[in-house]
Amino acid sequence: MTETWLRRFYFGLVALFLAAPLIVVAGVSVNEKQDLAFPPVGFSLAWYGQIFTDPEWRLALIHSVTLAVCSAAIAVAIALPLAWFLWRRIAPWANIFQVLGLAPFILPPVITALGFLSFWATVGLFGQFFTAIISHAIFFVTLPLVTLSLGFASIDRSLVEAAATMGADDRTVLKTVVLPLILPYLVSGYAFAFVLSLNEYIVAYMTIGFTTETLPIKIFNALRYGYTPTMASVSVFFVAVAALVFGAIARFGDIRRLLGAMSSDGN
Amino acid sequence: MRREAPKSVADYTPLFFPALMLIVFFVVPFSTMIAVSFFKRNPAGFYTPDFVFDNYARFLSMFFGGVLGFSLMLAVLVAICCVAIAFPFTYLLTRRPRRVQTLWLVGLLSVLSLSEVIIGFAWSTLFSRTAGITNLFVAIGLMDKPVALLPTFGAVLTGMVYQALPYTILVLYPALVRLDPTLLEAARTLGASPVRAFFNVVAPALRNTIVATLIMVFVFALGSYLLPQILGRPQHWTLSVLITDQAIYQSNMPFGAAMAVFLVLISLALVGMTLLVGRKENAL
Repeated sequence: MTETWLRRFYFGLVALFLAAPLIVVAGVSVNEKQDLAFPPVGFSLAWYGQIFTDPEWRLALIHSVTLAVCSAAIAVAIALPLAWFLWRRIAPWANIFQVLGLAPFILPPVITALGFLSFWATVGLFGQFFTAIISHAIFFVTLPLVTLSLGFASIDRSLVEAAATMGADDRTVLKTVVLPLILPYLVSGYAFAFVLSLNEYIVAYMTIGFTTETLPIKIFNALRYGYTPTMASVSVFFVAVAALVFGAIARFGDIRRLLGAMSSDGN
Repeated sequence: MRREAPKSVADYTPLFFPALMLIVFFVVPFSTMIAVSFFKRNPAGFYTPDFVFDNYARFLSMFFGGVLGFSLMLAVLVAICCVAIAFPFTYLLTRRPRRVQTLWLVGLLSVLSLSEVIIGFAWSTLFSRTAGITNLFVAIGLMDKPVALLPTFGAVLTGMVYQALPYTILVLYPALVRLDPTLLEAARTLGASPVRAFFNVVAPALRNTIVATLIMVFVFALGSYLLPQILGRPQHWTLSVLITDQAIYQSNMPFGAAMAVFLVLISLALVGMTLLVGRKENAL
C-alpha cells in the first residue's frame, strides 16, 4: 500500500510542477484590473475578449493562425510523397531526404532560424510573410514525416498485395487502400505541425519579426514593455488549443502508438 | 505489395517535390549560413561577402569561453535533473492503465508544445513578487513578506527543466513501455522488492537508453534561447541567446553564423554519439 501512496505522491508532485505556472497564469488572466496579482482580485473575462476585439492582438492572432494553417499543410505535402516513396520503393540513397526532414527538428532551433534569416536576406525576400510559411513548413516537416512513416509501417502489406492481385494499379491502390489507412496519421501529423507552428517564436521572429507580429512575438514584445493581462489570457488560450487538439488525437487515434508505444513493425 | 526498386524515372516523381523543397529551403539556407560565417560584418546591411576567419577567431576570447562553458554546464544540469525526475516517473507511468497513460500523454504534449515565450512568462509570473509563489509562503507563515525570485540562476534552471521535462518523458516512453515485463517478473519472483527491482534490474537494463536520453535532453537544452533572457541576468545567457543577440540586435550576422556553425558541430557530434549508443543497445 505504501507503494501506491508513494506513486501517487510522486505523480502528484510532477503534475503540480507542470501545472503550477499555468494555474498562476490562468489566475492572473481573470483579474478585474490590469494588475499582476494572484490570487486574482475580482473576476473578469474581459482579457479573453481582448484577444479578439483589440485590433493589435486580433491581427497577431490572424497572422499566427494563417501561418500555422498554411505551413502545416505544406509540411504534410512534403512529408506525404516522401514517406510514401520510402515505404513503396527500395532506394537506400533516398533516406538522405528522411535525414534532411528530421534534421531541422533535432538541431537547436536557433540554428535553423539563423539559416533561414541568412537565406532570405541573401535572396532579398527578407520580411515577406510567405517566407515564414515556408520556413515553418520545413522546420516542422519532421512531425508529419514521423507520423506518416509510422502510419505506412503499420499497413499490412498483404492488403495492398491483394488489391494489386485483383488488378488495381498503383494509383487505385493508393487512393482506395493506402490513403484511407494512413488518414489518421496524416491528420495527427498536420495537427502536431499546426500546434507547434502556432507556438513557434524564434523562426518566425528571425524571418518576419521586424515586419509582422505573430502571437508569440506579440507576447514577447509586450513582455518587454511590461505586463498586460491579455498576455495571460492568450497563454491560457494556447494551452487550451493544444490540449484540445491533442485530446482529439487521443480520442480519434492512438496517441500511445504515435509516441512509440508499439515497435514500428506494428506488433 | 512488395517494395520494389524504382524501375523508371517516372517512379521517382513522388520524390521530386519533397526533394526540391528540402534542398532549396533547408540545404541551401544551411549552406548560406556556413558561407555567411566567413563573411565580413556590415553594420549598414547584413554582411559583405568575403573570406575571413575573424568570426571564428573571436571564439578564442575569454568572454566567449565563459559563455560556452556556462551553456554546457547549464545544459548538463538540465539533462541530469530531467532524467532523474523523468526516468522513475515514465517507468511508473508505463505500468498504469492505458487510459491514465493517454491522459498524461495529452497533458505532456500540451506542455511540450507551449511556446518558450509562454513558459518564460508563466514562470516569471510564478516567481514574481506580486503574484508569485512567495505569497503562498507568506500565507502559510513560512516567510515574512513576498520577494521576487528572479532574475536568478535558479529561475533559469527551473524554467529550463520545466521546458525539457515533457520532452524527456516522451523520449523515454517508447523504451520503457516496450520493456520486457518478464524481466521484472523474474526479479520479483526471486524476491526483489519493486524499488530494488527498479534500481537493480530496470535501470541497468536501460543503461544505454538513459545515456542516449541524457544526450538528447542536453542538445534540447542547448537550444533554449528565451528562458535565460526572461528569467536570468546577462551572465546567465547561453550560446543560443548570444547567437540571437549577435544576429539581430548587434547586426553581426557573420559572427552569429560562426557561433551557430560551432553549435551545429557540437550538436551533431552528440547526436552521432546517441546513434552509436543506440546501435550498441540493439546489438545486445
